[in-house]
Amino acid sequence: MAERNSLLLRIITPERVFYENEVKMVEFNTTEGEIGVLPGHIPLTVIVKPGILDITEEDGDKVAALHAGFAEILPDRVTILAEIVEWPDEIDENRATAAKERAEARLHERQSDVDLARAEMALQRAIVRIQAIK
Amino acid sequence: MASMRDIKRRKTSIQGTQQITKAMKLVSTVKLQRARNNAERSKDYFNCMYATVNSILKRVGHVEHKYLTGSDSAKKAVIVISSNRGLAGGYNSNVVKLVTRHPEWKKEELVIYSLGNKGREAFTRYGYEVVECNGEIVENPTYVDAMALSDELLKAYAAGEIGEIHLAYTSFKNTVSHIPTLVKLLPVDVSAVDAEEAAGPQAVMNFEPEDVEALDMIIPKYVTSLIYGALMEAAASENGARMQAMDNATNNAEEMIEDLSLKYNRARQGSITQELTEIIAGAEAIG
Repeated sequence: MAERNSLLLRIITPERVFYENEVKMVEFNTTEGEIGVLPGHIPLTVIVKPGILDITEEDGDKVAALHAGFAEILPDRVTILAEIVEWPDEIDENRATAAKERAEARLHERQSDVDLARAEMALQRAIVRIQAIK
Repeated sequence: MASMRDIKRRKTSIQGTQQITKAMKLVSTVKLQRARNNAERSKDYFNCMYATVNSILKRVGHVEHKYLTGSDSAKKAVIVISSNRGLAGGYNSNVVKLVTRHPEWKKEELVIYSLGNKGREAFTRYGYEVVECNGEIVENPTYVDAMALSDELLKAYAAGEIGEIHLAYTSFKNTVSHIPTLVKLLPVDVSAVDAEEAAGPQAVMNFEPEDVEALDMIIPKYVTSLIYGALMEAAASENGARMQAMDNATNNAEEMIEDLSLKYNRARQGSITQELTEIIAGAEAIG
């Protein structure tokens, strides 16, 4: 079988098909650490953790903020079922910065466990958003 | 026989009603189109989710897991999606009937999570245990709403307060056909999945993290996506049902107006004939 040098990447959110194209490589963050997927990967299902989604296309790179969901990786395609994913131009920088400060303040206060976990999640999301813009 | 004035008044009132039903029909037609587009867009996500969950369940088989084996509690939670407003034909009563007339369910073991005022009113009237839910979300469902609801249910499920979770909604087939549907969300029915999966061979899938941990994280997302999908379809069905009901009402009004016009004209003619006869009789008496 001829070696394929592209894979079909589909990113689907509950509201829309976010992205669908042939790409050379896709990188994102999972519960087991950051991974980069090239064509011909073994079948794998991973859980997404908040992080930068980096898509390498034939002619250039695309970046997005990927927050939650899971991904199914097959040799010739990758399907990411994303609960929340945004392009950099959809992100409101002021809001993300405000959210980051709020979450940090909450983490300093140290209230109940539930609040801590939520604040930590919010902080992660805010950091990813800010990273994606830059 | 009714007088001309009575008939005329009746006719005007029906014409007023007809105008309202016509306008409501137009409004729900537009809303239906929007809801339908949304429902179709969310289908992709839902189908992918379903396929992935199936392949995971197929692989892990009959593993001891809280989402697959269920808990001891006899309580069943039923999410019922109805509408906030009436005048939608049998839309609300059909989905309520689906639960109240279920052959195996007893009233005492059910906990109703009712989305939509109409359903909640009905279940309260019948004396079911109803949990207060945010009914606003059926108007314009978002994924975040579905997430909040599934979180609440999964918490109750994990705490052992409820043993099963079901979902009653109206599935949208096409503009004229909406089917009240009952789906079991949890525990996930592994045997049903097996039967479907026997159809075609699939590549062996690896999981990172391990199968059982992956289940922990994917099943809640699966439940959320089912709820979200149901909300979208229910919104489309509601508008479809209302459109149909209003179309019927408009047609019925048209029929009544025709009938009344005929009666009115007959009465008018009758009165003219009578007047003529009177004039002629008067003229004859003088002459």
